[in-house]
Amino acid sequence: MAASPTEAPQAGEPKGPNHGLRIFFIWLPLTIAADLLIWIVLGPHLPPGSMTDTAHSQQWDILVLAVLAVPIVAFVLVFAAYALIMWRHREGDDEDGPPIHGHTGIQATWITVTAVIVLFLAAFGTYELAWPGFAGAGAGEGPSAIWTPKGGTPLQIQVIGQQWRFTYRYPQFGGFETTALMLPVDQPVQFNVTSLDVIHSFWAYQLGVKSDANPGVNNIAFTTAKQTGKFIVRCNELCGLWHGAMVNYGQVVPMATFRAWAAHTEVQLAPITALLPAYATVYDPTLIPQINKAMAKSGIAGANGYYYPPNDPVQP
Amino acid sequence: MSLPARIVTLLVAFLAVAAGVAFLVVHYLLTSPATIDYTAGVTPNTGATVNVVMQEDAQNTVSSHPDWVSYFIQDPKTHQWQHTTLFSVPAGSRINMTIYGYDGCTPLRNQVFAQVTGTIGGVAYVDGKQAKAIDSWAGCNVGHTFSIPGLNLNVPMATPSLTANLCATSPCTAGPHRTMTFSFMTPRSAGTYFWQCRVPCGGGFIDGFGGPMQTFGFMTGNMEVVS
Repeated sequence: MAASPTEAPQAGEPKGPNHGLRIFFIWLPLTIAADLLIWIVLGPHLPPGSMTDTAHSQQWDILVLAVLAVPIVAFVLVFAAYALIMWRHREGDDEDGPPIHGHTGIQATWITVTAVIVLFLAAFGTYELAWPGFAGAGAGEGPSAIWTPKGGTPLQIQVIGQQWRFTYRYPQFGGFETTALMLPVDQPVQFNVTSLDVIHSFWAYQLGVKSDANPGVNNIAFTTAKQTGKFIVRCNELCGLWHGAMVNYGQVVPMATFRAWAAHTEVQLAPITALLPAYATVYDPTLIPQINKAMAKSGIAGANGYYYPPNDPVQP
Repeated sequence: MSLPARIVTLLVAFLAVAAGVAFLVVHYLLTSPATIDYTAGVTPNTGATVNVVMQEDAQNTVSSHPDWVSYFIQDPKTHQWQHTTLFSVPAGSRINMTIYGYDGCTPLRNQVFAQVTGTIGGVAYVDGKQAKAIDSWAGCNVGHTFSIPGLNLNVPMATPSLTANLCATSPCTAGPHRTMTFSFMTPRSAGTYFWQCRVPCGGGFIDGFGGPMQTFGFMTGNMEVVS
């Protein structure tokens, strides 16, 4: 049996190769090469891109985590490969291996390195979440935003989740509601995210925005797009049969294009906007008097916007 | 335990697990309603006209869920109503839809789906009368919608009057109903487009969106575009 890295050579025995040093010199260039490749080549292409400052910040976080993970992954792989090659069972060698003794240096190094990594990641993650001004990392801030972006009054867009489609309402343009999501570039945007049935989650991937859509709650999230282009919106909360199809594309356009689109859409959708309830920060069917009146007319009494009373006999 | 006994036990256990998996796959994953073929005799991408006929009923007396609302599709070959929500149409064709609305009214949760979108001309016809929207909150007007999100198609389904004595045996062949007609073009390439109803008509389920709303053969299905 060949010597293991922690064995203590017996007196008089020839000293074996320094496996630890060998592993280190294999691991070091591999780690440096992989980290350089990730930093220089892969880094700029990591998700979610840099369409917004939030997205760019998330990209930076992922890059830091990847670069930190490489030495650990490389060490595990190198050690496993080295062990398979050097310490495999050899023909005719049926002896027990030498006893393993503790190694204070290795233990101290292991504890120190892992503690430093964990503490660094805790500090780094806290800083990234807290900057700027506890704005989070593109997440919804709840109904009372603790941070608002600089750069003027934000454009208000209400995001309404419903099985199985997002619709978007623009209160500053007459309150029209549409299935198209259009944003102007370099303009702070306030998403007021809500749901009118079950829990959904508004995930504007390339914007780096993810905000839960809860019925009866206005979950505010901010973004400022720095580039024009398309971005994908997905529901990120399992919400029923067609959850996987709850996808649409948004578009960031120049301000003039946005204004023209909004003005045109406001006029085009005016007849249907007239049928919508007055704009409110939540789109709660139980709070919309017209629904309750319609239900009373339809004979669905006692449901109070919930559509079916609790004593409805058909229960899943 | 002897070696033969161990082998037999292992084999029996393996076969039991395999049988269970096979049952689950066959019973739950591979069974689905029939797909009604509207492609026969039509060359795709020629703009040919295809007439698709459906109906929506307040109940479904032909299934194990008789109190679930349901769509039915008419087989173009036999003209028999089939309890399914799956149908195939040719690509690049004009689909003339006729949907008989036998069910009563339930107000839309979101009135934005009161408008007709994605049809040719942006209109639908209620008993031959043109409509661009049907206000479901103004009265007992809308029972369901026929919506294909992938094509941005949405058509609210008008209902018989509130006092109408609705058909109680499905598929309905008589009784008060409204006839909705509209047309749309299918994409030029093949694909599967799911469709759904946007009225929360799954009575007794959370937010009215369970049961028939999430089950093939009732209020949701697929339109298969064949090229």
